[in-house]
Amino acid sequence: MSEATASRSVPRGIAMLRRLDPAVIASFGCIVLLLLLGSLYSRSFLSPEYLLQQLKVASFLGVIATGMMLVILLGQIDLSVPWVVTTGAMMACAAAAHGTAGAIVAIPFGILCGVAIGLVNGIGVAYLRIPSMIITLATNAVAQGLMVAYTGGFSPQDSASKAMRYLATGNAVPDLPNAVLVWIAIGAAAIWLLSRTTFGRAIYAIGNRERAAYLSGIDTRRVTMLAFALSGGLSAFGGVLLAGYASKAAQSMGDAYLLPSIAAVVLGGTHILGGRGSYLGTVAGVVLITLLQSILSVMQISEAGRQLIYGAVIILMLLIYGRQKD
Amino acid sequence: MTEWRYWFSEQRGTLLAIGIFAAMFLIYATNHPAGFSVNMVQTAANKATLLAFVAMAQAIVVITAGIDLSIGMILTLTNCLASWIVVGTATETALGVIGVLGTGLACGMINGAIVIFGRLQPIVTTIATGAMYYGVALFLRPNPGGAVNETLADALTGRLLGVLPTSLVALAVAALAIWVPYSRSVVGRAAFATGSSEIAAYMSGAPIRAAKFTAYTLAGLLSAIGGLFLTFFSYTGEAAYASGNAYTLFSIAAVVLGGVSLMGGRGSAIGAIFGALAFRTIGDLLFVFDLDPLWQPLFQGLVLMLAVSIGAFGLVRVRNRLEWFG
Repeated sequence: MSEATASRSVPRGIAMLRRLDPAVIASFGCIVLLLLLGSLYSRSFLSPEYLLQQLKVASFLGVIATGMMLVILLGQIDLSVPWVVTTGAMMACAAAAHGTAGAIVAIPFGILCGVAIGLVNGIGVAYLRIPSMIITLATNAVAQGLMVAYTGGFSPQDSASKAMRYLATGNAVPDLPNAVLVWIAIGAAAIWLLSRTTFGRAIYAIGNRERAAYLSGIDTRRVTMLAFALSGGLSAFGGVLLAGYASKAAQSMGDAYLLPSIAAVVLGGTHILGGRGSYLGTVAGVVLITLLQSILSVMQISEAGRQLIYGAVIILMLLIYGRQKD
Repeated sequence: MTEWRYWFSEQRGTLLAIGIFAAMFLIYATNHPAGFSVNMVQTAANKATLLAFVAMAQAIVVITAGIDLSIGMILTLTNCLASWIVVGTATETALGVIGVLGTGLACGMINGAIVIFGRLQPIVTTIATGAMYYGVALFLRPNPGGAVNETLADALTGRLLGVLPTSLVALAVAALAIWVPYSRSVVGRAAFATGSSEIAAYMSGAPIRAAKFTAYTLAGLLSAIGGLFLTFFSYTGEAAYASGNAYTLFSIAAVVLGGVSLMGGRGSAIGAIFGALAFRTIGDLLFVFDLDPLWQPLFQGLVLMLAVSIGAFGLVRVRNRLEWFG
C-alpha cells in the first residue's frame, strides 16, 4: 500500500494521476484522437447530440463489459456472453407476453435466467475446476440449444415490455438517455463493489494468486462462483436493454458483443491474466470501441472492411500497450 | 512397468476416444433406417471428415497449452477462397489448391507470430484475428455462391475402389503426412514439453518458440484442408458467421472427447480425430432416433458439457486442497 502513504505527502490531484494506469491514459488519448479524426471527416462528430447518441449505444456494451471485467479480474474469461445476452432478451420478451403480471416480472426474469447460466459457469469453474474458457463455451452452446428449441429457430414474435423500452430509449432526465443513467448506476455499483467491499478485494486477490488468497482465508470458490453469476446477470441485463432498444429479441443478437466486451476490458488496461485493472479503464475501453465502430460505419466501409479494420486495430492497440510481462 | 504399459498410459485418452466412437457408431449403424451399407458409411464419413480436420488443428494447438478460436473462421475464409480459385483446368485447379492451403498456412503463421512475438494471450489474439479472417471471407463472398472443379470434388467425396470413402483416405493421409512426422520431430516433442511446463521446457533448452509457431501454422494448414473439403461437399463458398463459430466450438468439443488435455502436454491428434467422429455420430444419433432437428444444438451442447465435466472426477483424488488452484 505504498501508494496510500505517498498520497499523504503530495497533493491529492497529482497522487490520483500517479495512480492512473498508463493504459487508461492511453485509451483516453485514443478516444480524443478518434474524435479528432472523425471531426476532420464530418463536423457533426463533436456535436452534443452525436456524442450523447454514442454514449447511449455504448451503455449496452458498458453493462455487458462490467460483468466481463469481474470475470477477467479473476483471471478467467466468460465466452458465454453471446447467448446469455440473447437468452436474457428472449426470456424477458417471453415473460412480457403474459399479461400485466408478465410485464412486471419481465426484466427480473430475464436477468435471473442470465444469473442461472452464470451460476452453472461459476460452479463449473470454481468447484469442478473446469477451465473457464471451455465451460463457458459449453454453456453458451447449451443456452443456444435451449433458445433454438424454444423459438423453433426463428426470431420470436413477442415484443419488449413498456418498462424495457422505457429503460433503453426513454429520457427520465431531459436530454440524458435512460440507458446512460443505467450504465452510470451499474458503473457506480461496480466501482463500490471492487474498491470498497471484501468481495471486490477478494476478486483482485484471487486474480493475483488464488493459492495465496485461499491460504489467507478467502472462500475463493464462492467468490469465483458469485462473480460468474454476476457476469451472467449483467450480460442478460444487457440483452434486456438491447431488446428494449430494438423492441424485440432476435436470434444471434448477442454475437456482436463477445469480442467488443473482451476488447473493451483489455484495452482499458485490465490485465487479461487477472488481478489488475480499474473500472475507469473499462469505461474508456467501452467508449473507445463504440466510437471506433461508429466511425467505421459512418465512413460507409462495408461490413467486410469493418471486421478487418476492427480486428486489426484491436490487435494493434493490444500490441502497443496490452502485452504480457514475461 | 513394462514398456507397453507406458505406451498404454500415454495413449489412454486416444484409446478411450476410439472406444466411444466404436460404441456410438455401432448404435448408429444398427439403428439406421437404411441399414448398414457402403452408401451410409460414405455419407457419414464425408460429414465427419470436416470436423476431423478442424479437430486435428485444434489438438495441435491445445497440446502447447494454447487455444485457437480462429479455426472456424480460417475454415470459412478458405472455403470462400476455394470457391473462387479451385476451378478450371487441371493446372489451374492444382494452383488453386496450393493457393488455398498457402492462405491457411499464412493465417496460422499470423496467429503464431502475434502470440509468440507480440506476447499476447492466444485467446484474445485468435478472437481478434478470427474477426479479421471473417472480414476477408466476407469481402470474397458477400453473397453465397461460386463454384469448384467438380471432377476433383466428386473424386474426393466419392469412393475408392467402390468401397472406401475417399474423404477418410484423405484424412488418414493427412494424419500420416502431418501429425506422425510432427509428433516425432524435435519441434513436436518440444510442443508437448511446452504444454506440460513451459518453464521446464525453457530450462531444458527446448525450442519453445519454434514449437508454438509450428503448432499455430499447422493448425492454419489443417483448417484450410477442412475449408477445401467443405467446398468440395457444398460446391459453393459462403461467409457464414454462425457456422464458422460452430466449427470452432465443435473442434474444442472433439478435442476434449478425444482425450487431449486442455491444460496442454497430453493427447494426440489421432485421439482428436476419433473425438470428432464420435461427436458427429452423437449428433446424427438424434436423426436416427427420429427426434426433432431443433433439439440438435441443445443435445450437442449437453454432450459437450458432459464431456468437459468428466475431467472433474480427478478432483476427488486430490489429497492436498492447494492442488485445486494449480
